Amino acid sequence: MSDQQDVTFTVNGDERVIRVEPRRSLADALREDCGLTGTHLGCEHGICGACTVLVDDQPVRSCLMFAVQAEGARVRTVEGLAAGDKLHPMQQAFWDNHGLQCGFCTPGFLMLAVSILERDPNIAEPELREALSSNLCRCTGYQNILKSVLAGAAEMRK
Amino acid sequence: MRWIGRPLPRYEDPVLLQGRGRYTADLAQGARILRYLRSPVARGRILTVSAPPKISMITAADLGDVKPICPRLDRSDYVPVAQPVLADDRVTYVGEPIAAVIAGAAAEAEDLAEQVTVEIDAETPVVTLDQALAPDAPLVHEAAAQNTLIDARFETAGVAAAFTSAHQVVEFTLTSRRQSAVPLETRGAVATFDAATGRVTLSASTQMPHLLRTGIADALGIPESELRVATPEVGGGFGQKMPLVPEYVVAVWAARRFACTVAWLEDRLENLTASFHARDQRLYLRGAFDAEGRLLAIDADVLCNVGAYSNFPATCGVEPLMALADMPGPYRVPEYRARARGITTNTCPMAPYRGVSRPVITAAMERLMDCAAARLGLEPLEIRRRNLASEFPHTSVTGVIHDPGSYREAMESAARIVDLTQFRARQQTARAAGRWLGLGLSVFAERTGPGTPAFAARRMVMTPGFERVELAMDPSGFLEARIGSSPHGQGLKTTLAQLIADEIGIAPKQIRVVAGDTDRTPYGWGTFASRSLVIAGGACKLAAATLRERLQSVASQILEAAASDIEISDGRALVRGTDLLVEVGQLARAAYHQSHRFPAIAETGLAAVATYDPYGTFSNACHVAIVAVDIATGQVEIERFVVVEDAGRLINPMIVEGQIHGGVAQGIANALYENVVYDDAGNLLTGSLADYLVPTMSEIPRIEIQHLETLTEASVTGAKGVGEGGTIGAPAAVLNAVSDALAPFGVGIFEMPITPQRILHLLREAGCKA
Repeated sequence: MSDQQDVTFTVNGDERVIRVEPRRSLADALREDCGLTGTHLGCEHGICGACTVLVDDQPVRSCLMFAVQAEGARVRTVEGLAAGDKLHPMQQAFWDNHGLQCGFCTPGFLMLAVSILERDPNIAEPELREALSSNLCRCTGYQNILKSVLAGAAEMRK
Repeated sequence: MRWIGRPLPRYEDPVLLQGRGRYTADLAQGARILRYLRSPVARGRILTVSAPPKISMITAADLGDVKPICPRLDRSDYVPVAQPVLADDRVTYVGEPIAAVIAGAAAEAEDLAEQVTVEIDAETPVVTLDQALAPDAPLVHEAAAQNTLIDARFETAGVAAAFTSAHQVVEFTLTSRRQSAVPLETRGAVATFDAATGRVTLSASTQMPHLLRTGIADALGIPESELRVATPEVGGGFGQKMPLVPEYVVAVWAARRFACTVAWLEDRLENLTASFHARDQRLYLRGAFDAEGRLLAIDADVLCNVGAYSNFPATCGVEPLMALADMPGPYRVPEYRARARGITTNTCPMAPYRGVSRPVITAAMERLMDCAAARLGLEPLEIRRRNLASEFPHTSVTGVIHDPGSYREAMESAARIVDLTQFRARQQTARAAGRWLGLGLSVFAERTGPGTPAFAARRMVMTPGFERVELAMDPSGFLEARIGSSPHGQGLKTTLAQLIADEIGIAPKQIRVVAGDTDRTPYGWGTFASRSLVIAGGACKLAAATLRERLQSVASQILEAAASDIEISDGRALVRGTDLLVEVGQLARAAYHQSHRFPAIAETGLAAVATYDPYGTFSNACHVAIVAVDIATGQVEIERFVVVEDAGRLINPMIVEGQIHGGVAQGIANALYENVVYDDAGNLLTGSLADYLVPTMSEIPRIEIQHLETLTEASVTGAKGVGEGGTIGAPAAVLNAVSDALAPFGVGIFEMPITPQRILHLLREAGCKA
């Protein structure tokens, strides 16, 4: 398939221009054209949420969005969370609270959690649980993910 | 400072948290992409496979003398069957690889695959156990009469007499529907040919890197030294990533044939269709009890639908033979008869899945206990008190030796935590108000860290068991531990560093654990059977003790004291009772750079190796589930889930609890949600995660954990394995709880998953009009 298109967007604050087929997903563009492999693909049909990134601060399944739809958008991925060597409070909370095991779902959960808390820093636990049910994890049984996000939320509110 | 017992944050995590972990798919940049053409029908004869000439396609004909995969057991009741790497003449399940195409990119490979034409003369498949066992059933494999790949039996002399003399006989058939492990990262492989050495490096998402090297080298007929398997980060496995798979063999073959890098990255549909399934079992169980509720005998007939082929190296015997050997669990069972069969069908092959048979046999035994208790008017707690083994070592009727555990104590403790008496009162009140609460117990033994004796008893031709560890300290005093086991999310690099740190007297951050790379690590069996902490951990402790002695000998010479007076802790060697000391880093430097002073060390190096091969050890636990069942919708809500677990000495309690949480979540999923469904033609109906219901945070309750710590000599570290217990125990607790809730309607649960539809069906059958 040809008819490649240019897409101009920012990823973690850096302006990028990539040339992609219209059918290329945002996830593939991030992973292959931008070299950002922290965004993982678990199902490629929008259920597992491992590929969650933030587009203009909204969490999206990057496997279900075409790269060309990101024209002009501000994309944030897991690689952009830490400030240099200093982990984002949510990353630190996942580390402190054993919020990950194999780590495959972790980037998606981190981006989802950060977006939920940026939107509503004081979200109540039942609503948080509901929102975090957007993504799948197969290792942790979710208990330590919830614990991590609650701890990360407290830190983000400081 | 002691490191064992501390919830040390994992060394694995910072990289993973920042998206810098490298999983197999992350290594595929620039690779040519393999895409498999898979059988669209469950059974039939291949007539033609054709593609336009410009397409680079691989079929069975191209693979020449690549050998089929043929896992073996040394048993007369087992029929070996050979799985061609690509289907040649016949297809035997939907999803079986028939051909592969190669392209520059994944999307292009999918485009090309669509241009391949496969003509198959489809035949009526054998999908279910009943179809496979019908007298006139077509044979999946000519060699396997009655579609039986393994037919194992066990019987003690007094079974018939025990049933004759029984006060109560309880019997039922329990069905476990097919499930899939669904690791969040699918399978994948990147194979790179190196023209300079002629070797291939295979990066693959596997739990058994050395066995993968052996299996592929054998299939291709090459020395193992021509292949390096390097396992990057693995996004979960749960057993599904143990077996040798045809797709990896073809990837290595193609890398050699075309002298390039090729990648196969499985998509989720392929994973659900053509990776491995498990737990498709039907179990008839009959128990004989005396008037006091003591078990006199059990009689079991276990049928496992093991799919189209046997997996390598565990074989399709893994489910039936585990059921046969471990059915009695932690109970005293004087007389035992069992038949356990692996039945082949035109469905995706079975592989070990976390718990292997024990989630099903535990559900059966625990349902048996509850049913017998109800007949005899006993509390479920009381009938278990009368039957649990309490003297250790306990040798089961099948000869399995259980080291000391806390079966009874765990149960009593769990009952106290949930306050059984108070619950029964609340249950009565709720029933009067039309709210249906239930409490279910599950008491079980989890065999962990089995060594070669356990697998030799199963008569595996490839007998897993030992683990070898190599420790080497460099001149800066930094220690590298090279292990044969291969973790994939269990935090083993942290846990083993804690073990080694205490044994030597250095900080865990001074230790790097290297795993998964066959060029760098001693031959080992990988991670499964809750074995890595027990066996690789045991080997680490033994090797570390030797290395400590070597450091002590260097220190004794430098400090001019007897080696027996040297104590190493916090990275320093000091002469006991004095302030004479030397840093471990200085010892290391001296050992390397002034080796003439230490001839004994010059001979061994500042290194140590050890191999550990234990009999195995049993963890134990009691799970309690409290549920509310909505009889209008069939919905089950888990109000409370309590685990009292005894995994021996806890090295890193945080990691242990993480294993329990994750295991219980999978067990609850097995009990309530997950089900691989085929139609009558053998087509998979659950090919997406919208159909195969992996639970989310909304479905999994908070899991309350209490630890007991029985120290055992069956494990040199005192630690028992803990990887599978959650999954083994949870289904039984949930099934018993739902049965308890529905007892007023005369409904008992003997199937999993017990979905809302099934609950409503059972209630309707029982005449409930709610």
